[in-house]
Amino acid sequence: MNYNWDWGVLIREPYFEWLVSGFLWTISVSVAAWILAFSLGSVVGIARTTNSKLLRGIGTCYVETFRNIPLLVQMFLWYFVFPELLPEDAGMWVKRELPMPEFTTAVVCLGLYTASRVAEQVRAGIEAIGQGQRNAGLAMGLTPAQVYRYVLLPVSYRIIVPPLTSEFLTIFKNSSLALTIGVLETTAQARQIEEYTFQGFEAFTAATLLYIIVTSTVMLLMKLIEGRLRIPGMISLGAK
Amino acid sequence: MIELKNVSKWYDEFQVLNDCSTQVAKGEVVVVCGPSGSGKSTLIKCVNGLEAFQKGEIYVDGTSVGDAGTNLPQLRSHIGMVFQNFELFPHISVTENIKLAQLKVLGRSDDESQQNAARLLERVGLSDQADKHPAQLSGGQQQRVAIARALAMDPVAMLFDEPTSALDPEMINEVLDVMVELATDGMTMMVVTHEMGFARRVADRVIFMDEGRIEEDCSKEEFFNSERGERAQIFLSKILEH
Repeated sequence: MNYNWDWGVLIREPYFEWLVSGFLWTISVSVAAWILAFSLGSVVGIARTTNSKLLRGIGTCYVETFRNIPLLVQMFLWYFVFPELLPEDAGMWVKRELPMPEFTTAVVCLGLYTASRVAEQVRAGIEAIGQGQRNAGLAMGLTPAQVYRYVLLPVSYRIIVPPLTSEFLTIFKNSSLALTIGVLETTAQARQIEEYTFQGFEAFTAATLLYIIVTSTVMLLMKLIEGRLRIPGMISLGAK
Repeated sequence: MIELKNVSKWYDEFQVLNDCSTQVAKGEVVVVCGPSGSGKSTLIKCVNGLEAFQKGEIYVDGTSVGDAGTNLPQLRSHIGMVFQNFELFPHISVTENIKLAQLKVLGRSDDESQQNAARLLERVGLSDQADKHPAQLSGGQQQRVAIARALAMDPVAMLFDEPTSALDPEMINEVLDVMVELATDGMTMMVVTHEMGFARRVADRVIFMDEGRIEEDCSKEEFFNSERGERAQIFLSKILEH
């Protein structure tokens, strides 16, 4: 292979700044989308475990819609199609005045998609606990909302720390799809460096390393958190 | 105290309770027995509204359980319930289990709840386990904590749903002892159990259920000493043999 290796390109102006800036966008998109996904996913997941047929129905519709459309298609739908479907004024506003339109769209798209996956984890966590705990809470006079707050959720979130970690790693990697609507995140910047310098190997190696550093850090952190939250005397929470 | 009038319940087409009527007076101990699937657990769960029923009426302390306007959490807060699988909350300590509903339902202060928890743990003989988590206790100890947790609400009546069925044999007595003590203290109790020894010792009445129907409802003397219906005889001969 005839290739001129030049690792120095990674620390040269302006490419180093590009990588840094791309990395920061990756983090921003991922974290913002995760906050949305976690909050909305929790609400939808809880809704699917309530006694209300209406709430369960809405939750099921949400999950089935968002998790069954490819993420890339959703990205394009939000960016190109959604503004056209709005009433004219609102559509105009989205197209012209939405602050940081690419970033915002990417966050909304990634957040709503991942929420459907988080919802399934939350639902599974609550269902793993079983009717007995719910009954015990109700029998002592707690309201259904209090049963969730004090009995079901504290245990179910502990059960789902591992799959939620996995979801966060996925949202972080999926954030690279934001480049398709123009967010200059890590992958986009690596590609741009390749286009300017023809040093594609170096650029994408750098990008890969950045992703791996973050995912490994998150994994370590979550292991620590999982250990902290461990319930004394319990080997496996889900096994009960 | 507890009054059931012609209660019937269906799961879709399948009838699990068929026209059940009985009552538990204040201070009375009533044992409910019968073969598995006879509806006894369902019946006791109807009393505090954990299971809905489609026909009939249930009154606890004058309040109608089936009435849509009834504040169920409030009603349940003064009926204690103990479950087959203990159902302590695994993520909080034994003391916190006993404090939770006192704080969140009765609005008691932290100090008062703490004192109650300590007093009740002493009563069930588990003061030394106060700071442990439920999974660190044996089954018998967990069930005694569950009883203490129910008592912390100062209930007017206690419901027991097969409280010893999930226990290893050597732990059954420590739980029954606590229940006997409660019964002698005058607690109103409705107990689903197969422990006929317990029934003989403290029950005032015995209810025998089969196929969703109350087949026998009589004093324990009548139940154990006189000729009962055929189904009750068969049931008794099966569980008393051992």
